[in-house]
Amino acid sequence: MLGTYFTFPELLLWIPFVTGLIAIFIKDAKSVKAFALFSSLATLLVSVISLCYTDVAHHPEYVDYNNVSYVWMPYIGSSFSVGLDGMGHLLTFLTAFSFPVIFAATYKSEFKNANAFYALMLLSQAGLMGVFIAMDALLFYFFWELALIPVYFLCSRWGGEKRIAATFKFFVYTFVGSLLMLVGIIYVYLHTPSFSQDSAHSFYIAAFYKAVLDPGQQSWLFWLFFIAFAIKMPIFPFHTWQPNSYEQAPYPAVMVMSGVMVKMGVFAMIRWLIPVFPAAAAKFDHVVIILAIIGIIYASCIAIVQDDLKRMVAWASIAHLGLMGAAIFAGNFTSLQGTMLAMLNHGFNILALWIIVDIINKTTGIRKISELGGLAQKSPMLSIFFLVIALANIGLPLTNSFVSEFLMLTGLFHFNKWYAAFACMGVILSAVYMLNMMKNVFYGKMNSLTENASAMSNLQKMVLTVLVIFILVLGIYPSLVLHLTEGTVSNILAHISVK
Amino acid sequence: MDAIQFIYLVPLLPLVGFLINGLGRKTLSKSLIGLIGSGVIFLSFCISVLIFIAVSKEGFTTQDIQYFDFINVGKLNIPFEFQVDQLTSLFLLIITGVGFLIHVYSTSYMKEETQSGYGRYFSYLNLFVFSMLLLVLGGNYLIMFMGWEGVGLCSYLLIGFWFKEQENNNAAKKAFVMNRIGDVGFLLGIFWLISSFGTISYHDLYNSSNGIITSISAINSPAIVAITLLLFVGACGKSAQIPLYTWLPDAMAGPTPVSALIHAATMVTAGIYMIARSNILYSLAPTTLDVIAVIGTLTAIVAATIAIKQNDIKKVLAYSTVSQLGYMFLGLGVGAYSAAVFHVMTHAFFKALLFLGAGSVIHAMGGEQDITKMGGLGKKMRVTYITFFIACIAISGIPPFSGFFSKDEILSAAYASNPLLYYIGLGGALLTAFYMFRLLALTFAGKFRGTEDQLHHVHESNATITIPLVILAVLAAVGGLVGIPEVFVKNGNKLNDFLSPVFAHSAQIIASQEVPHQTEIILMIVSVILIITTSVWAWKKYKEYQPGTGEESVFGKAIKNKFYVDEVYDRIIVKPLNALSRLLDNVIDKKGIDGIVNGVGRGVNYGSRQLRLLQSGQVGSYILLMVIGMLLLFIIQLFTK
Amino acid sequence: MEIKWYLFLSIALFCIGMIGALTRRNSIIVFMCIELMLNSVNLLLIAFSKMHMATVNAFGTSMATSAQIFVFFIMIVAAAEVTVGLAIIVMMYRNTHSIDINFLNRLKN
Repeated sequence: MLGTYFTFPELLLWIPFVTGLIAIFIKDAKSVKAFALFSSLATLLVSVISLCYTDVAHHPEYVDYNNVSYVWMPYIGSSFSVGLDGMGHLLTFLTAFSFPVIFAATYKSEFKNANAFYALMLLSQAGLMGVFIAMDALLFYFFWELALIPVYFLCSRWGGEKRIAATFKFFVYTFVGSLLMLVGIIYVYLHTPSFSQDSAHSFYIAAFYKAVLDPGQQSWLFWLFFIAFAIKMPIFPFHTWQPNSYEQAPYPAVMVMSGVMVKMGVFAMIRWLIPVFPAAAAKFDHVVIILAIIGIIYASCIAIVQDDLKRMVAWASIAHLGLMGAAIFAGNFTSLQGTMLAMLNHGFNILALWIIVDIINKTTGIRKISELGGLAQKSPMLSIFFLVIALANIGLPLTNSFVSEFLMLTGLFHFNKWYAAFACMGVILSAVYMLNMMKNVFYGKMNSLTENASAMSNLQKMVLTVLVIFILVLGIYPSLVLHLTEGTVSNILAHISVK
Repeated sequence: MDAIQFIYLVPLLPLVGFLINGLGRKTLSKSLIGLIGSGVIFLSFCISVLIFIAVSKEGFTTQDIQYFDFINVGKLNIPFEFQVDQLTSLFLLIITGVGFLIHVYSTSYMKEETQSGYGRYFSYLNLFVFSMLLLVLGGNYLIMFMGWEGVGLCSYLLIGFWFKEQENNNAAKKAFVMNRIGDVGFLLGIFWLISSFGTISYHDLYNSSNGIITSISAINSPAIVAITLLLFVGACGKSAQIPLYTWLPDAMAGPTPVSALIHAATMVTAGIYMIARSNILYSLAPTTLDVIAVIGTLTAIVAATIAIKQNDIKKVLAYSTVSQLGYMFLGLGVGAYSAAVFHVMTHAFFKALLFLGAGSVIHAMGGEQDITKMGGLGKKMRVTYITFFIACIAISGIPPFSGFFSKDEILSAAYASNPLLYYIGLGGALLTAFYMFRLLALTFAGKFRGTEDQLHHVHESNATITIPLVILAVLAAVGGLVGIPEVFVKNGNKLNDFLSPVFAHSAQIIASQEVPHQTEIILMIVSVILIITTSVWAWKKYKEYQPGTGEESVFGKAIKNKFYVDEVYDRIIVKPLNALSRLLDNVIDKKGIDGIVNGVGRGVNYGSRQLRLLQSGQVGSYILLMVIGMLLLFIIQLFTK
Repeated sequence: MEIKWYLFLSIALFCIGMIGALTRRNSIIVFMCIELMLNSVNLLLIAFSKMHMATVNAFGTSMATSAQIFVFFIMIVAAAEVTVGLAIIVMMYRNTHSIDINFLNRLKN
């Protein structure tokens, strides 16, 4: 049945899509909540099962379970091709894992028009899945936009006070990037070889990798794609939409955006940017890495002085993404493997961080670091969770992000010693802002605002426990992930060196 | 050999203790928590003894035990491995031995904590021992780094143990961040090792037959100097050397047994362990060794100077620790690796004893730490007094107590390398004798200067506190006998012989200059006489101390304020960084980058508004524009053909 | 007669129509001017059709036919325009009691 009637990528795409459409018609808030949680759990189940079918080298039949292609628009050479490789498995798992976590952690929160809210959440999941499984450039573009639009509505309808301005900026920013990319896609398409009799060119990913582009063309096309992806990540100086929209967006949407959506940028750079324009990537690697490193230090510095929890986490996230950007362009096996691991780790850590910020915000009603204090006495369990998660964000050994940071920095060091030295500044500064938060929010004396903070729900405890277990397991035995993505990384590196 | 198979139990037991105490801190009774906490360390200690016996057997070779692939990426393969050799086994004994005593001491010292606080304390302490064991057992630099950061974390948690006071939290944060600065150096050193040699396993690097580093003969190659310097930055952070030493005195905010275990006996000696572990690498970089010697000497003398004016009993000991660590680095810097390790061992005994003694005093005084408000405690607290006295003699370097032997070994090696280092080192030793006997006199001699309440409260501590004191006192007294110099007893330096396989290759690289025996004896006699004189003078001076209103000299004031180093750091690093961050946030980001972005948006808006004016609604103007447009098209057509 | 006289006449009619359309405010006169412009073009087309009577086009027939077909097109379009345009003017007069085209600048704002 598997491979003949359905494949994993299709299931991962259609389950959230179809349930998302159904969710619109469930008017009762409670049942739509349960329905969304159930749907996301089903997706997670499929994703977990798909992880058992990754060993393509030993079982050639697994290729059919993970890849499928339908005729879509033959006359322009575009097909509905979806597939999962190591990186695809990794990121679809992250997506599938994040949504149940988000739904469970925010189960107590009430949203107006719950049916629309949860429908949009599920549709954005479908869009994200699509981005990670698309093997056709046009399809990729299609899903890239599909993932953006539900999030736009989520932020603009359920966000904070200044949501309209922030969301508008977010939308215009990312949309400008997308359009630049569309221009680039069409241009590259016109230089691809034919893959079928129906059309002279093809949108298929392998055709894109074989596109004939001289270095001059690559140079400007590179920037069209790069800006689109850099805005999503974001890489300095394309980051200004992020703190504002994170501050204004509702928590589930923020979790989707920072936990999964930013990985779209990283993912796209690895899959659609570097292998398509290897010459340009080699030419501009220093420029990009310097931008990324400026971003690390810049964002870390700003994170230190933030007083708003949401903004602080947003800046911390920008700093971490900067390191990933630098590691991608260092372009060696170690740094790319580190980036793969980092995508997953950053997803877990930032999700956990947002959940905690959400809990603090909901129970005390404030987000200002300077007004909080003494929560460790009120809720020791929350402070222990936060400690572990903060340490994971700092990159302490035996937590997951130590391994990824170590690999990325090793790769970066191999590329250039000074870059690695400057990137390490982020390691110091991250300790400063995280411990500042620990000190001011959890330690110290309680005040009138924090005195009546209530405890976490059981569901939240469970979710955080799962996340902490993941953090520790990946910190001790990272080979689980490193094995998965080995093949993808060597493929990418082969494409870079061939051209 | 059998004991070595069970080596994983040594760190695993404290980890189990951590988990049990951490999870059961609310349900388990206090005595059970104390029992588990100390019990696991005792078991580890027993295994460590067995390992020590196995290692000291004839014909033992370094063992490398691999468990699983930790990181395996392309050519880079870093297994999770342990390495057992003489150096490791010695450190295991120190950590678990002293650690056990301090755990026992803590069961009584922390009695007044709440139920969950008590559990939290022991779980942190067990976690610390686990990390420290990981640090010394690790078979490559990455495992060492794990332990390295782990102890930093535990140090952070324990300094900020009483987290309701923000001052403690600030001290904890400062310790963590300063350690982090060092750790980045360490990390860069590791990266450099990987990119130069492709491996960070000790086995591959230092293996005596075909190790990568062992087979290098070039002295002072730039890469090796850079690697060693970077690793040394890490050591500076962890072992509180100039310029990263200011966190250690502040770290005294934690409970006193923690200061004894972490900030005196074990964690802060991690830097010395690391350099001793990489001795072959360091021997290939004499430039780095010179830097280490200079920084060590400077730290020794500066910290000792600051210590003579401090009035907080723990602060005195903290600066004393910094200064003693300086001696150890001096020893490493002049290539006397085993002497440095020897000093680590004796220092662990007497400094742990001093801190525990200080804890006993603080306990008796009801939390008072200012020595000017103590005095005359010797009569009421006999055991504490005598053991503290022994520790003072040991640290000052009066024979035949342990400090004399180790310090003498370092100083004579320093003399052989550069007499100037020796003189400064001796000056530091005199200062040490001075501040220690000042401390002793102010605390235990003379009249009581505290309040009436405190006087009634003062009492000798109970047995769980005094027994560890006595055991440590015995060790501090006789511990030095394992390293009697050649001058006195032929083959008396047992420790040196024991450790010699570890340092054998370095000894070949650094041709050690021997001081003639006669000179050595003369130096020894002179220094001992000077030290005893200073000690007696200090004792006399402060025996009948009364708080006076004597004017401070400028220099005295500077010393009292720790040479304003904290203030300077605050002024040149912390404040500018904050100001810069605010500038980046408010000006560069909000007005600069975001300004450009919004400016583009505003520009489009403005342009559209201007363009809109063309749509006046006057049909005539539309037609006119149309005509002009058509004419233009005709003209263009005409001229382009 | 030479073709140039037709051309001069046609240009003159067109310019009169254009200037009238640009300057007059009475919408009926503007309307008439537009008609004048259309008819000047018609005149030109007929003149050229006569001139190219002998030339053969791609389909093997005379070129003159295409021009004449165009003239019919224009006449029909003009007729349609008159119907719609006059209807608009009538509606305009009913609503505003004026046929001044500058009165119709309500598109603004």
